[in-house]
Amino acid sequence: MARIESEIGKPQGGFMKWIDDRFPFTETMRYHATEYYASKNFNWWYIFGVLAMVVLVIQLVTGIFLTMNYKPSAEDAFASVEYIMRDVEWGWLIRYMHSTGASFFFIVVYLHMFRAMLYGSYKKPRELIWIIGMLIFFVLMAEAFAGYLLPWGNMSYWGAQVIISLFGAIPFVGEALVEIIRGDYSISDITLNRFFALHVIALPLALIALVFVHIVALHEVGSNNPDGVEIKEHKGPDGKPLDGIAFHPYHTSKDLVGIVVFMMVFSAVMFFSPDMGGYFLEHANFEPANLTATPEHIAPVWYFTPYYAILRAVPDKLWGAILMAGAVLLPLFLPWLDRSRVKSIRYRGWIYKVALGLFALSFIVLGWLGLQPAEGLYVQMARVCSVIYFLFFILMPYYTTIDKTKPVPDRVVYHG
Amino acid sequence: MVKILKTSTIAATLLLGGQVLAAGSALDLHKANNDPDNKQSLQRGARNYMNYCSGCHSAQYVRFNSIARDLEIPEDQVIANLMFNAEKTFETITVNMPADDAARWFGRTPPDLSLMARAKGTDYVFSFLKGFYIDPDSPTGVDNLYLGGTSMPHALWELQGFQAAVFVEGEPNQEGLRPMVFERFEPVSSGSMSPEQFDEFVRDTVNFLEYISEPIRATRRVLGVWVLIFLGFFFIVASMLKKQIWKDVPK
Repeated sequence: MARIESEIGKPQGGFMKWIDDRFPFTETMRYHATEYYASKNFNWWYIFGVLAMVVLVIQLVTGIFLTMNYKPSAEDAFASVEYIMRDVEWGWLIRYMHSTGASFFFIVVYLHMFRAMLYGSYKKPRELIWIIGMLIFFVLMAEAFAGYLLPWGNMSYWGAQVIISLFGAIPFVGEALVEIIRGDYSISDITLNRFFALHVIALPLALIALVFVHIVALHEVGSNNPDGVEIKEHKGPDGKPLDGIAFHPYHTSKDLVGIVVFMMVFSAVMFFSPDMGGYFLEHANFEPANLTATPEHIAPVWYFTPYYAILRAVPDKLWGAILMAGAVLLPLFLPWLDRSRVKSIRYRGWIYKVALGLFALSFIVLGWLGLQPAEGLYVQMARVCSVIYFLFFILMPYYTTIDKTKPVPDRVVYHG
Repeated sequence: MVKILKTSTIAATLLLGGQVLAAGSALDLHKANNDPDNKQSLQRGARNYMNYCSGCHSAQYVRFNSIARDLEIPEDQVIANLMFNAEKTFETITVNMPADDAARWFGRTPPDLSLMARAKGTDYVFSFLKGFYIDPDSPTGVDNLYLGGTSMPHALWELQGFQAAVFVEGEPNQEGLRPMVFERFEPVSSGSMSPEQFDEFVRDTVNFLEYISEPIRATRRVLGVWVLIFLGFFFIVASMLKKQIWKDVPK
């Protein structure tokens, strides 16, 4: 009994010690923030990871408030969205944030993925981060697709009709599968209800879990950098990477600047052009779902159109669906398709630079083509671009092997 | 997939009507050139809507008191001049005609117009309202250049008068046929308004339709400016903070 009576129950070492004895708070903060070292030469391509997180939070928070006023039934859904837009206090802002956020989610994630391709961030030892990231992308696509049905506009309805019917192309089980997805013989109130459940509960849970795992995996191996140099190979006497700086406060303060710039772009769209000329909110979706009137041409929202263009470029329905699925899945294998000795594009030869440029171009052109009617020259162009898209992946083991690389420096290049 | 696309093309063809499709893309829409910031125009548009449209077309999401607030019309004036079949100012614009009867009389229930301008675009609505022409084969006596086979009668005939459409043979198409192409309208009888007055009337009406399709438009644009100004300042502060913190990062 060394302690005297009056000391019992008093905190020993303050509040944080009390917490840390029960939960590894300080240790976690150190591991993930104040003593997580990332290269000091990050350029602005490295902002898109944190921006994806920002958009995720925007979508979750606005989504919660939308759910408070939205009615997931075929009878009321469209009207409840208009109720949010007109009668709910600040409902319009929350709804536009959510709809603008959906498009920005994909802008940010596509750029984030492209960053990984620029600097070889998927290469050893970060293969698993890339795979988890791709899983996030798949869940995000499902989340966006389910969410798009909820306003119950005519494009929601017919877009879902077209995309779900794709599963019908699968031999033998196709039609049964389509019925299981819809829960009905056509898109109906039942479909809307289950998509609502998926959109607000199942898929967001999966998304958050995967994002968590993505970051844990990242912090295990450490972030890549524009030089593709492993900063952990050069540590100072204190055991810290010489080219690394703490995530907090260095990268956080830099990220804050990027977040503010992003918020300015986001706000400019949201306040001055929330429809974005019919690309973010499609015109036909301002008419309620109508079983008997198809929109003049059915096009998914812009972020799905590259894959949609590939689908339509193939004359056969089953093969179109297979190639579309292939286009979505292929990037999963990048860590093993890429045989280059170097990670960063800075030290790669001209072949990879040309290939990546063509790939990016074909993806953008496909995105544009997916918004055009599937006829004549457009289909021909979509075929050419689809071939380029697939060759980028299929030929990668070959051209990354023969491509002449430049010597990679020992340390990162940083000029302040 | 292909089947559905084909179905949609066929549906679109049916909706547009054979004649218009023959006219093809040569059919340009008139520019509405309306200005949703012009309150007087919106007020006139509200009057036009209530007098000429609301008999058949509801605007079920639009409340009278929000019209009063946004268009700066005193509520008592709204009650006296705009509310024909509503009791309270919080009510929305509805029609008394039962939907089923309307569908039987006109072939389809006249659509709700709350979001029409946003769904179809103001240029389309503007062109549509100016696009009625005499068609003796139609049950309403008119057809519309921009929505062939429309079941809507020429509701504004008293103002515009009637016009006839002149079609001429166009360039031969792939099958070597010469489809009929719309050339111009020719007035048959004059209405109480001159063509210029009628354009203004339609423009005001379309302006009002654009307003009701997104009543928050004006507010969001004003708020957006303030948000961007705030973020501009925030950007400066954030940049200074970053610079300060990064001072001790070795070059």
